Amino acid sequence: MSNQEESKVTTAEATVTLVKKSHRFSGKSLLSFPYILWMGAFIIIPLIMVVYYGLTSKTSNGFTLENLKLIADPINQRALFLSLKLSLISTLVCLLLAYPLALILKSMKLKSNSFVVLVMILPMWMNFLLRTIAWQNILENNGIINTVLKALNLPTINIINTPTAIVLGMVYNFLPFMILPIYNTLAKVDDNVINAARDLGANSFTTFRKIIFPLSIPGVISGITMVFVPSLTTFVISNILGGSKIVLIGNVIEQQFQKVGNWHAGSGLSLVLMVFILISMAILAKYDKETEGTNVW
Amino acid sequence: MKKSKLFVALLLVCTLVFSACGSKEDKGNNSNQGNGQENTGNNGSSGNGSSNKGSGEVYVYNWGEYIDREVIDMFEEETGIKVIYNEFELNEDMYPIIKTGAVNYDVVCPSDYMIEKMIQEDLLAEINYDNIPNIANIDETYLKTAENFDPGNKFSVPYCWGTVGILYNKTMVDGPIDSWSALFDEKYKNEILMIDSVRDAFMVALTYLGYDQNTTNEEELNAARDLLKEQYPLVQAYVVDQVRDKMIGEEAALGVIYSGEAIYTQRENENLEYVVPKEGSNVWIDGWVIPKNSQNKENAEAWINFMCRPDIALKNFEYITYSTPNKAARDLIEDEDIKNSQVAFPEPSVLERCKSFKYLGEEMENLYVNKWNEVKY
Repeated sequence: MSNQEESKVTTAEATVTLVKKSHRFSGKSLLSFPYILWMGAFIIIPLIMVVYYGLTSKTSNGFTLENLKLIADPINQRALFLSLKLSLISTLVCLLLAYPLALILKSMKLKSNSFVVLVMILPMWMNFLLRTIAWQNILENNGIINTVLKALNLPTINIINTPTAIVLGMVYNFLPFMILPIYNTLAKVDDNVINAARDLGANSFTTFRKIIFPLSIPGVISGITMVFVPSLTTFVISNILGGSKIVLIGNVIEQQFQKVGNWHAGSGLSLVLMVFILISMAILAKYDKETEGTNVW
Repeated sequence: MKKSKLFVALLLVCTLVFSACGSKEDKGNNSNQGNGQENTGNNGSSGNGSSNKGSGEVYVYNWGEYIDREVIDMFEEETGIKVIYNEFELNEDMYPIIKTGAVNYDVVCPSDYMIEKMIQEDLLAEINYDNIPNIANIDETYLKTAENFDPGNKFSVPYCWGTVGILYNKTMVDGPIDSWSALFDEKYKNEILMIDSVRDAFMVALTYLGYDQNTTNEEELNAARDLLKEQYPLVQAYVVDQVRDKMIGEEAALGVIYSGEAIYTQRENENLEYVVPKEGSNVWIDGWVIPKNSQNKENAEAWINFMCRPDIALKNFEYITYSTPNKAARDLIEDEDIKNSQVAFPEPSVLERCKSFKYLGEEMENLYVNKWNEVKY
């Protein structure tokens, strides 16, 4: 009962603030009720639990920073830095691949570009895990690529179970999350603005530097966030394509939860990781201030 | 073989996608059948005079892919007890669920050291053997081995057992392999699949060094860690379940594997050979236990009794290919090769050099995990 009442109260409060903020009909803001409930149950409460577990320990009662200190352990530190390195590389690669593609998509006719977008999203209809396992089959020593190379008497590539394979997996899996927001912002750039720049004597590079790129920054920012964060926290890709030989911070956390059963240590490390994510978000938000919010899709 | 790789990959994707749908349908069918049969079972049973307790439910928690699904239907049909069947992947996944009592399972199938841990923590109920006459089918040897972790066999009934050993590809190594040393041999660089399980990996190193696999001596552990660290550059990948497919696909020359998987891989690729190294190894037993908070203890005992029936044990053995401790079931095996298989039923001399894991306490388990983490850097 008390729970229900509490949630009623919070909804009421939320409704009030929403009404104040938006000056809309209260009936409309009631529509946000399911979302608030959802957020409370599946985002806020789990987050509070992570914080609680992260700041307490199995043995001693009360508040402790012991779990956060685990990050100072040289093993965990190296895992964290390797994760940061690999996710930065894959974010950069995604950006370099996605931006030109988004530009090409913008310059295409509407019919054909929706087809290309469809092709980009199509793999995402299939389960993430399956796609990663498929990459394992492709990259393996006797995998598809090497079988073809051998048949052509070409030297084989041996990148499975290396950081390269992990970066490849990250880029493949998260590339659509970079392309779509960039494409969305680019599509909104009015052609007249570009024409005006040309008219005033800017060459195509200057147009890009002074007009197109600044206008697409919100898309770039949300693209970077959506690639960087999942790359930083992944443990599945490193398990499957790294042959469990390469331990990322995600693997360390997963191990604490699943194999060791120490939720406190796992949560503590998650909190540290969260700090890194928040730092990256803060840096990105700085560049994103003047714009009207992020365009995820 | 090689050309088919692409095809296999495609097929794999398709089957995986469809199996998700398929298994749902199956489940639906099963439960329907179960209900139907349950009814007929109840109606007919008085006529048959079989001594079923009529009805109720039993919550079963077992390893994934660790039973022939038909057996569940047969149990429902014969006893009229409805089975609610769930699966876990690791002992460590199962443990917190039983410990917290999140779900009241009636019968669970953990491994030896986990059973010991659960006994120590007073999570298990004593089994009433009056309800399990089929215990007579279980070979004395295994009951005796089980006493290592369950003194007096009070809490567990062996279900499957096996050894840990090396699976190697005859065409890819020089001569037969009989020692763990092959896993640390420079010439098999990038051809080795090491097991990605803390205790098993340390068992390999400790046994090779001549130490006890249940050691609590930190110096011995450090020596084992250093050895595993030296092995790291030689290892192609650390795997558990994937070792099966990788060995069948000739991705590597040798790998550490559980004996039960070895029979399956040999069926798929005849170049593969399994050996329990001469230095010794680990022998493990998974057994049925009844948690203390079980609501249907008698039904759980009926389930265990059913699993010990020779024809059922045989059916399960043929499906999952893990060795059965059921001697009556082994006698029923028709295929002489399997019946006398050294993999499924090794000679006593092989088992003599094997030991089983003991639960070492939480602190020690954590130490093992930490040492294992140090290996991978």
